[in-house]
Amino acid sequence: MIIGLGHYLAVAAVLFTLGIFGIFLNRRNVIVILMSIELMLLAVNINLVAFSAFNGDLAGQAFAVFILTVAAAEAAIGLAILVVYFRNRGSIAVEDVNVMKG
Amino acid sequence: MTVAALCFYLFASVAVVSGVMVVTARNPVHAVLFLILAFFNSAGLFVLIGAEYLAMALVVVYVGAVAVLFLFVVMMLDVNFQELRAGAARYISIGAVVGLALLAELSLVLGGAAFGDAKVMGGALPTPPADQVENVRALGQILYTDLFVLFQISGLILLVAMIGAIVLTLRSRPGVRRQRISDQLERTPEKAVEVVKVPIGGGAQ
Repeated sequence: MIIGLGHYLAVAAVLFTLGIFGIFLNRRNVIVILMSIELMLLAVNINLVAFSAFNGDLAGQAFAVFILTVAAAEAAIGLAILVVYFRNRGSIAVEDVNVMKG
Repeated sequence: MTVAALCFYLFASVAVVSGVMVVTARNPVHAVLFLILAFFNSAGLFVLIGAEYLAMALVVVYVGAVAVLFLFVVMMLDVNFQELRAGAARYISIGAVVGLALLAELSLVLGGAAFGDAKVMGGALPTPPADQVENVRALGQILYTDLFVLFQISGLILLVAMIGAIVLTLRSRPGVRRQRISDQLERTPEKAVEVVKVPIGGGAQ
């Protein structure tokens, strides 16, 4: 039994779907939404690395390195915004984010 | 079934199961720990496919930095997570519909297209033979030559993110007593001690 490109793509597809499902399931909890986004970025990375390995093109792995960078920056900024928001409002529920609604 | 196939199924199944646990765990600390498990198993998948540098970077960046940051924030914020989950049941149906639709579409793509299992060599930045140039060296050779500008820009993004996070969370609270070493060192006996004459029967003012 040989493990092909399709196997890796299937794992990535399932992980990506789980990330989307997590966003819907935890609509009120921003921390778990951020974790779901990390899961989706991981799935994208698996896709890129699998295509890179099976097509013999290193550009995919270089792209995955850049995605890793952006994911780390996004997590840092997102959690910083979350901490500031919690300091001001005392809650992290997404539904309470309506100060600018007018 | 070879050892590589067994390892693939082990890593893939554990990664998917821990992904399920990330989105369904009641306790966010458990969710973060399962996220770490998912990252470790994906790093195993990367090692299997021959991307050693990315596997190590995944462990260092995600497990060492991002997941610990999540753990830190989850434990620092005093949030009632049970209360946040109160209305979750309402969203399960729509989430399941969207997720299943997406999964069906992705499986249609995967089932319909013929992705060849044989490795081909080529592309814009072709991979050198693995027995001559190892993965880390090959990736470094293209990151520091062909993709040098992109590499520098990604470093700049990290710098901006670091400064942004510091600027966002830095605050100066009024009325906080802090130790100021220079004030303490400047203090002399003349400033610190006052000699008063106390009259008999009276008190010191």
